[in-house]
Amino acid sequence: MISKESVAHVADLARLSFTEQELQEFTGQLDEILGMVAQLDEVDTTGVPATTQSIALNNVMRPDEATAPMSPDALMQNVPTHKGTLIQVPAIIDKEED
Amino acid sequence: MNFETTIGLEVHVELKTHSKMFSPAPVSYGAEPNTQTNVIDWGFPGVLPSINKGAYSYGLMVALALHADITRQTHFDRKNYFYPDNPKAYQITQNEQPLATNGWIEVETDNGKKRIGIAELHIEEDAGKNQHDPDGYSYVDLNRQGTPLIEIVSKPDIETPEEAYQYLEQLRQIVQFTGASDVKMEEGSMRVDTNLSVRPYGQADFGTKTEIKNLNSFNHVRDGLAYEQKRQIQTLMAGGIIQQETRRWDVDKKETILMRVKEGADDYRYFPEPDLPPVTVDDAWIQEVQAALPENPAQRRARYVNEWGIPAYDAGVLTLTLEMANFFEETVAGGADPKLASNWLMGEVSGYLNAEHLELKDTKLTPAHLSKMIQLIEDGTISSKIAKKVFQQIIANDTDPEEWVRAKGMVQESDPAVLTPIITAILDANQQSIDDFHNGKDRAVGFLVGQIMKQTHGQANPKVVNQILMSEIKKR
Repeated sequence: MISKESVAHVADLARLSFTEQELQEFTGQLDEILGMVAQLDEVDTTGVPATTQSIALNNVMRPDEATAPMSPDALMQNVPTHKGTLIQVPAIIDKEED
Repeated sequence: MNFETTIGLEVHVELKTHSKMFSPAPVSYGAEPNTQTNVIDWGFPGVLPSINKGAYSYGLMVALALHADITRQTHFDRKNYFYPDNPKAYQITQNEQPLATNGWIEVETDNGKKRIGIAELHIEEDAGKNQHDPDGYSYVDLNRQGTPLIEIVSKPDIETPEEAYQYLEQLRQIVQFTGASDVKMEEGSMRVDTNLSVRPYGQADFGTKTEIKNLNSFNHVRDGLAYEQKRQIQTLMAGGIIQQETRRWDVDKKETILMRVKEGADDYRYFPEPDLPPVTVDDAWIQEVQAALPENPAQRRARYVNEWGIPAYDAGVLTLTLEMANFFEETVAGGADPKLASNWLMGEVSGYLNAEHLELKDTKLTPAHLSKMIQLIEDGTISSKIAKKVFQQIIANDTDPEEWVRAKGMVQESDPAVLTPIITAILDANQQSIDDFHNGKDRAVGFLVGQIMKQTHGQANPKVVNQILMSEIKKR
């Protein structure tokens, strides 16, 4: 069972805000989805290494060559507000980075 | 109570690639905002990242230079966080299987050489840059988004702020000589975060650590760690407790300042990156990188000492930066005597750079010109005194030294047929000095040389003058 608190926490990490009613509803829906995925637990995976991919591809790489960048004018078409070629965002106070 | 200190360093190094880690947009420093990006960097829906093999090879190169074990089978992971400088809302990194593990760097301490372990090196992508304006908004430039980085994580083997400084110096030098990065703190192509904790001697568990972020010079790292070490010890001595927190070094106040307290572990919800296939590093790839690995600073120093007779200290100074080492080698390759080339670079050239606060590349000096000037000294065309004037000319202007000394009439006079009559005339006029010389007063010779130099406007070759003068004076 996924708790309402977990759903609220994940929503918070994704900067989503829900009403109490929505939270209730999504918790129920997520619980059903997770329950469906949990059916996989029935498969015996003893001795099977964990996989990170579903397609048998390996070492798909490109050479270190640059292509022309996109024009900032074109990119700014999708930016709600900008100043010159800078993207304008609400003031950032706490700097979380690594 | 006595305390022991434990320091760990996390160093981010930008790799000097043409294109980004997961997109083919160009990597360039200092361009106009948002002019070096494409839809992959912006995280548009439906875009597909692809791995830059050159960047991964650079990462392998640094790993080999740091004696680390290469991970043969690896994959990338997503690290999820929400921040405007990264529009995807996740960073592609290597969380589970880093590029390499178990490297080391050797530093000099008061108790001799010490190996500092490197826990791991992993590849990841850099984020964009935010600027905070007084108009109440922040502004985002995504040019840096996606620039390949390697993060080099030390083991908690560092015991003093000075060792941390040494470690960083060595790391910077080793990485720079591979050519994988410019490693410039001032341009952000090398960035350092520190962790420090203290504990009473003999206590088995580490103390609570504090982190210092955004340090932009090695001196700030050393000063910040020294402050933090003292602050933690004083807090504990006064009965206080250390809380896990992130601080920053205030350069003006010379103290660390609390940025934020860490509450629980960060919730990054890592999972394997589904858009990128796994990476296998086989023997052939490692051998290829190994073969392309340039000489490291220690190998270069050994060569300077053994092949060219350069003193060990001088060889150390010449290999402090790749730029200086390459300049030195090109000067020698141009035909200059290695010892003279070394003396000039460590003397006049370094003096000039320090006085003018410049780097070699900011001057007009070329290895070809320096080499030619040294050869003019070697073959007696110019005196070392004149050479200092020539040097001022060739470092400030792009001037061919040979053409310049000829045009300025600075060529040294070494022809005995020209010098002998001048010398005999001066002897004729200074009988007293000849007498003094024969009476064992060596000063007389200095006086006569001075007269000859005056007569020739300083252009007489002192060596030739000395020879002729001694043979002439003995005849009288």
